[in-house]
Amino acid sequence: MSLRESPFENLRVPLGWSAGGALVIAIAVAVFLLLSDRTEADQRGHAPIRNGFEAGAAPVGGVFAAPVRWLGQASDYVDDYFFAVSENRRLREELAELRTERDAVVALRNLNNQYEQLLGLRVEPDVPLVSARSVSEARGPFRRARLIDVGRDRGVEVGNPVINEHGLVGRVTGVSGSVSRVLLVTDVTSQIPILVGRTDARAIMRGDGSGNPRLEFVRGNDAIEVGDRILSSGDGGLLPRGLPIGVAARGIDGSWRVKLFSDRGAIDFVRVMRFDNFAQLADGSTLDSPPLAGLNTAPPPSPEVAARIDDAQGRRRAQQEARAQAEREARERQAADARARQAAAARAAEAQAAAQPALEATE
Amino acid sequence: MKRIAPARRAAAVKVVGPQQWILLPSLIVLGATLILATPVKVFGLTLPEPISPMVLAFAWPLIRPSVLAPVALLIVGLIVDLFWGNPLGLWPLGLLAAYAVVLISRPFIAGQDTRLLFAWYSGVTALAFFIAYLVTAITARQPPSLIALFFQFLPTILIFPAANWLIERFDDGDLRFR
Repeated sequence: MSLRESPFENLRVPLGWSAGGALVIAIAVAVFLLLSDRTEADQRGHAPIRNGFEAGAAPVGGVFAAPVRWLGQASDYVDDYFFAVSENRRLREELAELRTERDAVVALRNLNNQYEQLLGLRVEPDVPLVSARSVSEARGPFRRARLIDVGRDRGVEVGNPVINEHGLVGRVTGVSGSVSRVLLVTDVTSQIPILVGRTDARAIMRGDGSGNPRLEFVRGNDAIEVGDRILSSGDGGLLPRGLPIGVAARGIDGSWRVKLFSDRGAIDFVRVMRFDNFAQLADGSTLDSPPLAGLNTAPPPSPEVAARIDDAQGRRRAQQEARAQAEREARERQAADARARQAAAARAAEAQAAAQPALEATE
Repeated sequence: MKRIAPARRAAAVKVVGPQQWILLPSLIVLGATLILATPVKVFGLTLPEPISPMVLAFAWPLIRPSVLAPVALLIVGLIVDLFWGNPLGLWPLGLLAAYAVVLISRPFIAGQDTRLLFAWYSGVTALAFFIAYLVTAITARQPPSLIALFFQFLPTILIFPAANWLIERFDDGDLRFR
């Protein structure tokens, strides 16, 4: 019986119902993807998909973005034209301040070198830098990240800090052949250990998707003041110590926040620090192994040697047991003698006590 | 001799295929997302970053119910997540939730005044943002800034004219759905 002749020939699923079914399936797929995604650096669930997509999206984005870049350059040109005088005045003042600072820095550097030589300090090696261009940027509250046009082919690795000419921008969270993703310090998942330059107090700088990350776990009453310089503390070994980050400020909610230095710099050019953290200086598996694991051990004994070892061990065990038996018997004899002496003393005391009343009666 | 009746001219039925109201708008929205992600400052200000696919999530169910639209919305949302580096599924979930609300409320709001459509568009956009906020707060273990959220919500509702244009362009465009 064909479908036309069947009782279901006029059965049609309404379009709204089929659209609803497709919608439910699509929502289920979205929820599944969300639950299966792990964006932590150590277990990125969809990392291969992300890296592949980013490797393709970066050049496409570059082509699409070209007219917008030209527009940005034109606006920069107009800005330069109209604000050249005021900027020149500001730069002159800054230069006058920096000249005195420069002399102090030269003197301090010289003194520091002397101290390092006297104390025999091992200073940290220079960190190699790789210049890169930002291809795209996510600026929303849910993700603040950039794609940059250098990747594994230039030695960039996950975890490398990213800076611009003014301060810390973020760190690399994903790398493909020629493209990397940089998680900005303002991202909601970013947490960076910092120190306050004036007091050396420690805190955690935590992004929340806004332009100014929040300072948490600030200890001490006067540990921080408005305008204090915030630097990376290097705790945990992820970032080098002393990278400039920004200045402390009060947020509208009363919390401590950081005005980032990196906002002053160019938005599209950054530098990746190929920084090896302290944990990478030693091989972790070697440190975790037992102390004598690296030494060579003796080969297993032959049957004759094993028999001799067993025989020697048996005789030694028998000697030990005989010695223990003799000691046990000696202890028992000593205990019996002591008990006999105590019994004799008790009997003598009783006899003396019985003789005492008779003596008193005769007197 | 039997007279043959002149063949009646077939009525010109205007058929709007999915490539016109689903594929092309999707590509335009993705292109806009790509362009607006350019790291550039124009007169000292960065470019806005609206959730452009919200236009599709609002307009498509009002144009007509479709099996393809939720699938396309899922794909567009995934591409946006991959491009911005979000957890995969964040925006598909928000967009599909908005789509579902508009699909259910379609009988009440189809053909209504533009101001009412704008209010409904703002409402479903707020719902999508709330879902994204909730998911981010759970996965990142801290809520995102509400100020930053507002500054993405604002440009998203300001692109409502694009959704309205899409509805007017394709609503009743296919005679079969009149």
